[in-house]
Amino acid sequence: MSLQVSSSPHIRDNVTTKSIMRDVIIATVPATLASGILFGLRAVLLILISVLSCVVFEYFSRRIIKRDNTISDLTAIVTGILLAFNLPPTLPIYMVVIGSFFAIVVVKQMFGGLGNNFVNPALTARIILAIAFPNAMTNWSVARGAFRFMDSLNGVDLVSSATPLAILKTQGIEGAASLPTYLSLFLGDKAGCIGEVSILALLIGVVYMVSRKVITLWIPLTYIGTVMLLTGLAGKDPVYELLAGGLFLGAFFMATDYVTSPVTRKGRIVFGIGCGLITAVIRLFGNMAEGVSFSILLMNILTPHLDKFTASKPFGEVKKHGKA
Amino acid sequence: MGRRSILSFNHPFSGGVHPKGNKNTHDFPSIRLDDFSSVEILLQQHVGPPCVCVVKKGDHVDVGQLLGRADHPMSVPVHASVSGEVTDVSFVISATGAPVEAVTIASDRKFTVDPSCVQPSIASREDFIKMVRSAGLVGLGGATFPVHIKLSPPKGSEPDVLLVNAAECEPYITSDYRQICENPDEIIDGILAVMKWIAIPRAVIGVENNKPLAKGILDHEINKRRLDTKTDSNITVKSLKTIYPHGAEKMLIYSLTGRKVPPGKLPHDVKALVMNVGTLRFIGKYMKNGIPLVRKRITLDGSALNTPGNVNVPVGARIPDVIAASGGTKEEPSKIIMGGAMMGFALDRIDCGIIKANNAILVFGSREAKVPPESPCIHCGRCVDVCPMNLMPTGIDQATRRQDTDGLEQFYVLDCIECGCCTYSCPAKRYLTQSIRNGKTLVRAERTRVLQEQKLREAETMHRAEKEERA
Repeated sequence: MSLQVSSSPHIRDNVTTKSIMRDVIIATVPATLASGILFGLRAVLLILISVLSCVVFEYFSRRIIKRDNTISDLTAIVTGILLAFNLPPTLPIYMVVIGSFFAIVVVKQMFGGLGNNFVNPALTARIILAIAFPNAMTNWSVARGAFRFMDSLNGVDLVSSATPLAILKTQGIEGAASLPTYLSLFLGDKAGCIGEVSILALLIGVVYMVSRKVITLWIPLTYIGTVMLLTGLAGKDPVYELLAGGLFLGAFFMATDYVTSPVTRKGRIVFGIGCGLITAVIRLFGNMAEGVSFSILLMNILTPHLDKFTASKPFGEVKKHGKA
Repeated sequence: MGRRSILSFNHPFSGGVHPKGNKNTHDFPSIRLDDFSSVEILLQQHVGPPCVCVVKKGDHVDVGQLLGRADHPMSVPVHASVSGEVTDVSFVISATGAPVEAVTIASDRKFTVDPSCVQPSIASREDFIKMVRSAGLVGLGGATFPVHIKLSPPKGSEPDVLLVNAAECEPYITSDYRQICENPDEIIDGILAVMKWIAIPRAVIGVENNKPLAKGILDHEINKRRLDTKTDSNITVKSLKTIYPHGAEKMLIYSLTGRKVPPGKLPHDVKALVMNVGTLRFIGKYMKNGIPLVRKRITLDGSALNTPGNVNVPVGARIPDVIAASGGTKEEPSKIIMGGAMMGFALDRIDCGIIKANNAILVFGSREAKVPPESPCIHCGRCVDVCPMNLMPTGIDQATRRQDTDGLEQFYVLDCIECGCCTYSCPAKRYLTQSIRNGKTLVRAERTRVLQEQKLREAETMHRAEKEERA
């Protein structure tokens, strides 16, 4: 009789890295569908190309460095989807592939693979693309007559437009007439990145992820709350700030990335507030209309320190170890 | 998954998990098994130095006869569980891999009881504590702490409450529950005896709420005493939320009394005395018939068994014999665990005898035994959420792999109770609990090394000072 001898505990919960990633992928399906409806099939194509590139780059980079093949843990697919979500729908395909390369090969694999990257791969790739290809990365467009999509099933007419936040920044209150309404913003009838425009679609995904216990709400709610509070105090419309840009996508899908966010509850709260603070400062005082990517990147870097400083004392501990 | 969410108000302690209960044997009455040709009884079944053997090969022994004398103050004597001839006294390898002296007895199937086993007469607290020790009693929750030591806390730490641990939070195990169902009178007798002789004013029995009959049965028994003796014994039964590890000592004390045991300290430091319900039942039984601890109530479960159930077996009955006597296996076992699924011991050598610490033998088939391979930590934080001691298992795991003893100290690694909640919850299937055990070993070794270096330096300094004095 050959018996397995392993250490306790001898039972495990059902959740696996793969099952968590699967749930995230499912949560992105509504936004993927919305991007097809709002921006046409090209948006969905960009998502697919991003996913494919990420998977291929992961497979080959693991082979080259002689490590095991990890594409079955689905993390490359998630990175591909989230990277595409952060790109404009008109971005040339070769740029998407370059972005995937940076996300998977440079940020993830060169630092040690899954679990070892110190910044969010998709977000960092997006920032690199924005700096390398500033024009292409700010070529926003919106569907003309998006909700008359049913009339022209052969593809959606896209017209150039500025994002709502950019309009606010450059034209101030005078641009108010050309700003979309709350409802338009919520449904996604606005210019922006593939995955960020339809708040409704993202919200459906968020509800799914929370019900499956994939994310906790500490980071997103403190992040969004801080942004709304600070921009509100500064005289802006906080609801607009939430619905208009990439805050919703960033707070719920990017900032909550496990590897680059804290493990403690207190750490997560500080992380969320930090992201909110930096985003608000960039939006209010910076040149850029957005600020989400940079704020998450900066807070990612602080995460190990946040973990260290917010570690709880053990149960029952009354004073610092070793001291009287 | 027992994640602490903002919406869980009724949380007895932070963290914890909800593994599938698998209390398949809840309703099966305990079956007494006696048909064993031989038993192998270890002479060390307690925390402390082993007993000294007082029998030799060829001796005839009866049930309850002394086999191992407890010479050291912490030791607890060991007695024969069957009557028959001693066929061997030698060292064997125990389930945990350590060499322990053991007495093998060939059973004559008569179970004649040693005449020295009579109802004890107690006149004082000292009598009671001596009685508990001579009965061979160790904590029957699994830790085998000598009960006579537990009942003698240092001056100033006398307990004001007796907490009866009937939580039985491990999946599969139902032996405590069956004891409540089958012998509630002995349990209450034991509680009353401890309260009387150790002078503890009140007792609280904690039972997890997945055992609804238990509370009713115990309440009924307590009320019966109240009516019979016309006195209120001040024993209450409290329903505990079903969450693992609610039966862990520190968690139970906090849940029932709100007191927190500081790390490195014991329950008596918060004036509490915690005893397993089985230990108390044994005291109740012993005070009636005087037969020492020679039988155990064990849950047998696992998908490889034909008929899972609860059995009442002699201490020392060999595990293959117990499995065969209770119905045998329907498939080749892949893993045999002495203890529960969360904290038990996987055996590589199953030809060992039941020891006092056993509450369960789990016989897993291939599907149950499957544990997936480790993958990288994704920093998800589930382990941190579920740790009942508020530690950071992933941090400890990383520090252990780096051999970073300073980091391990900063993570309070020695405070881990090895409950297994972290490993249970980990999506990457990392062996966190084992890594933490390794970390503890590293830290203890480092502390010893530092201490030795310090002593060496002190000795050198003294030596030098003496030389100068003489010069």
